[in-house]
Amino acid sequence: MSHWIVLPIVLPALLAPFFLMVIRHHLDLQRIFSVAGVLVLNGITLALLNHAMSGEVSVYELGDWPAPFGIVLVLDRLSALMIVLTSLLALAVVLYAIWSGWDNRGRHFHPLLQFQIMGVSGAFMTGDAFNLFVFFEVLLIASYGLMIHGGGGTRLRAGVQYVAYNLIGSTLFLFALGTIYGVTGTLNMADLAVKAAEIPAEDTALLRIGAVLLLLVFSVKAAVLPLHFWLPASYSNAPAPVAAFFAIMTKVGAYSILRMFTLIFGPETPVAQGLAGDWLVYAALLTVAVGMIGTLGAGHVARMTAFITIGSTGTLMVAISLFTPEASAAAIYYLIHSTFATAMMFLVADMIIERRGDSISQRRPMQHGGVIAALFFGAAVAMAGMPPLSGFIGKLLVLDAAWDAPDVVLIWSVVLITSLIAIIGLARAGSLVFWKAFDTGSGPGDVDEDTARREGVVFPTDAPRLPFVPVFGLFAVLIALTVFAGPVMRFAEDTADQLYTPQLYIDAVLKGPGS
Amino acid sequence: MELLFASAIGVLTACGIYLILRQRTFPVILGLSLLSYAVNLFLFATGRLSVGAPPILQYGVETYTDPLPQALVLTAIVISFGMTAVIVMIALSAYLSENDDRIDMDNPSEPAKDDA
Repeated sequence: MSHWIVLPIVLPALLAPFFLMVIRHHLDLQRIFSVAGVLVLNGITLALLNHAMSGEVSVYELGDWPAPFGIVLVLDRLSALMIVLTSLLALAVVLYAIWSGWDNRGRHFHPLLQFQIMGVSGAFMTGDAFNLFVFFEVLLIASYGLMIHGGGGTRLRAGVQYVAYNLIGSTLFLFALGTIYGVTGTLNMADLAVKAAEIPAEDTALLRIGAVLLLLVFSVKAAVLPLHFWLPASYSNAPAPVAAFFAIMTKVGAYSILRMFTLIFGPETPVAQGLAGDWLVYAALLTVAVGMIGTLGAGHVARMTAFITIGSTGTLMVAISLFTPEASAAAIYYLIHSTFATAMMFLVADMIIERRGDSISQRRPMQHGGVIAALFFGAAVAMAGMPPLSGFIGKLLVLDAAWDAPDVVLIWSVVLITSLIAIIGLARAGSLVFWKAFDTGSGPGDVDEDTARREGVVFPTDAPRLPFVPVFGLFAVLIALTVFAGPVMRFAEDTADQLYTPQLYIDAVLKGPGS
Repeated sequence: MELLFASAIGVLTACGIYLILRQRTFPVILGLSLLSYAVNLFLFATGRLSVGAPPILQYGVETYTDPLPQALVLTAIVISFGMTAVIVMIALSAYLSENDDRIDMDNPSEPAKDDA
C-alpha cells in the first residue's frame, strides 16, 4: 500500500509538465496520453477505494515527516470515494472534449485538466489545513485557465469575475487559517481536532471566528446562498466539458464542510456549538429555492443548467447541514448522484448549444434532435429528482433523514415545492427546445450573432456522433447508481459512521502509519 | 507595536475592500493585492510578534519566533503573486477583446436579439 496513496496526485502532476514541455505541439499525442493517464488514474483510485472499503484509515507521510510536523495524506472511505468520482468524471470529460473537438479550440486543454485533477485529488486527500489551501489554489489556477479556454470576450469577462471572486475567497481562507493557527498552534487536521476539543468553551471566541470564516470559504466553493453569485455566469460561459468537470468543484466545498465539521468542529465538541448546524440549513434551503426558481426563469440553456446545479448542490447542503450520521449517509449518496447528473446535464446542454444556439426559443430543428431530446429527458429526470432515476432515491433519502430534524416541515415543503418548480422549468425548456422547433427555411444562418461569435462556430450540419458515447456513459452510471442503490447506500452509511467516529482518523494520523 | 501592526492590517483590509467594490477591473485588482498584503501581515502575526528573538528553536533560549507562520507567509506570497499575474492577464485580454473594463457583465438573462 505504501506509496500508492500519493499516486492520484503525482500522476497528473507529472503528466501535465510532460504535455507542456515534450508534446506541446502534438495534439494527437496529448489526447492519447491524456486518455491513457486518466484510465490509469481510474485504476489507481478504484484500487484505493477497494483498500479503503475495509474501513482502515491509511496515512501517507510526505517526506516521511511524522504528523503533526509534516504534511500527511489520509485515505479513508470518504476521500477514496471522492477521488474515484474525480477520476470517473475526468474520463467522461476528456473523451467528450476530444470527440467534440473542444480541446482544439484553445491551447493547453489537456495539461490544465491534469493540473485540475491533481488539485482536486489533493484537496480530497490531504490531512493538513494549510495544504488544503494550497491544493485549492492548484485546482483554482488550473480552473482559471480552463474557464477561459477557447477565448471570446464574454467568456473572458466572466473569467475576470470568476477569478476575482475566488481570489477574495482565498484571502478569506488565509484569514481563517491564520486565526485558527493563532489559537491552536497547529494546522494538522487531526491535531487540530485534539486541540480544539481541549479548549474550554468560554475561551473559544477566536477559534469560532476561524471556524465560521472557514465555513464561509467552503460555502463560496459550494455556491451556498448568498455566496452563489459567481456560479451562473462562470459555469454558463465556461466551455461545456470544463463546466461538466466543475461539477466536482462545488463538491470540493461540500466535502470540506463535511470533513472539517465532523472531524475538528464536530457536533459533539463544545467549540462548535451553534456554529454550523443552526443556520447552514436555512442558507441551504434558500439555495435550493434560488437554484430551482432560476431554472424556471433562465432564458438560455447553459444558464438554466448552471442554476439547476445550484439547486442540486443546495439539496446536498441541506443533507450535510443536518450533521447526523443518517443525513450524512444520504448526503454522500446524493453527492455521487449530483456529480454525475450535473456533468451529464452540462454535456447535453453543450450538444444542444452546438447544434442550435444557447437561447431557449423557437429555432429550426437540430441534428440528432431525437437522441438529444431523450438524453435531455433522462438528465432532467435525474436532476429534478423524479422516479425512477437516482435523483429520486437521493432526495427520498435526504427527506427521510430530515424526519427527526426540528425543521422537518420547512425542509420537506421547500424541497418538494422546489422540485415541482424545477420540473416545470425543465419541462418548459425541453418543450421549447425540442418540440416547438420549426423550420424557418433560412438554414444555419439563422443564429444569433452573439452566440456564434462567442462559441466561435457556425452551427454544424454534420455534428460528430462520438460525443454521445461519454454522455451515454454518464447516463449508464446514473442507472447503475439507481439499480445498485442498496450496496451504494450501505457504503455511504459505513462512510458516515467512519466520519462520525473521528477518533479513528485522529489515531491513524497522530500515531503514524507504522503502528 | 501591536497597535501599529493591527491598525496597518486593518487599514490595508479596509482599503482593499473599498477598492474591490469599484466598478472597473483595475481598482478591483489593486484591491485584491492590498487584501493579500493584509492577509500576509496577518499570517505573519499569528506566530505572535517578538523582537530580537532567534528565528528557530535553539537550546538554552527561552523565547524564539515561531518559524511556521513565516513559511506559511512565503507560500501565500508566492500564490497571491501568481494569482495576481493571472487576473491581470485575463482582465487585459477581456478589455482588449471587448473594449470595456467594467467588472459587471451585461444582463445575460435578456433575450438575445434574434428572439424577437
